[in-house]
Amino acid sequence: MPSSGGWSQDTTVHDERGTMNDESTTADGPEMSDCAQTLRELDVFLDGELSDHQQAAIRHHLEGCMDCLGAFDFHAELKIVVAQKCANDEMPPGLLGKIERCFGTDFDGDGTIG
Amino acid sequence: MADQATFADEAMQYAPQLYSGALRMTRNRADAEDLVQETYLKGYRSYHTFTEGTNLRAWLFRIMTNTYINSYRAKQRRPDETELGEVEDLYLYKNLGALQDANVGRSAEESLMELLPDDEVKRALEELPDNFRLPVILADVEGFAYKEIAEILDIPIGTVMSRLHRGRKAMQKALYDYALERGLVAGHDRA
Repeated sequence: MPSSGGWSQDTTVHDERGTMNDESTTADGPEMSDCAQTLRELDVFLDGELSDHQQAAIRHHLEGCMDCLGAFDFHAELKIVVAQKCANDEMPPGLLGKIERCFGTDFDGDGTIG
Repeated sequence: MADQATFADEAMQYAPQLYSGALRMTRNRADAEDLVQETYLKGYRSYHTFTEGTNLRAWLFRIMTNTYINSYRAKQRRPDETELGEVEDLYLYKNLGALQDANVGRSAEESLMELLPDDEVKRALEELPDNFRLPVILADVEGFAYKEIAEILDIPIGTVMSRLHRGRKAMQKALYDYALERGLVAGHDRA
């Protein structure tokens, strides 16, 4: 992905939407490039980094395109899998105590956070 | 200027997140524990430089990431800056999709959580070279925004985005290779 390409191309997506309102599904130039454009925005969309109107343009495309929807659903799920499976580590029981001693301060000492 | 006396109250809630991040960085429990402890000690000592009202979690992760890069990475004997081989876009989706058509009875997206064991997902992440691994940890494990990651790692947002993109694809390839090796993609004939 080129530097900041994901940000600057939004207006193109948005503008193209206006010409894609017919339900034509012919695998012609505009349709193909719309899919390619949508898939290029996949990461940025799932990362929640698109503006509202950029997101709306993607959602609009996904409503009418099962191929792109499949790819987006898959990666949304994969993102959840990675987030859950890479962040479920149990802290060593003594760690909070060691940190407290670093501060030279006695905290609530019940071994829980929060 | 933030008051050191309030540091514990404000900062301790992030310990589990810092610990998971530290484990994915150092890849071992002893170093991860030391790294978190050192992060809190540094945070405590320099808390007067923290601007109240800004993001404390990002501030702590910046301390931890810098500490990891400066102190821990050197002893791990792994290359810090590495290029990744080219991996096709949508790699895992396309390959699992093909298997799904052939003989995986249920939809790939429903089975990912069961298909991929925790340890393998962790390994796929931990095997990325640092310059790709750190952005992926910060984005996909810790949920930071691009702008925050750019600030934590002191790299441009465009670099964050391209490293995330390529790091994620490399993870997908590792996960798919694992699934094939273990025969986890049901009865797929490799021929």
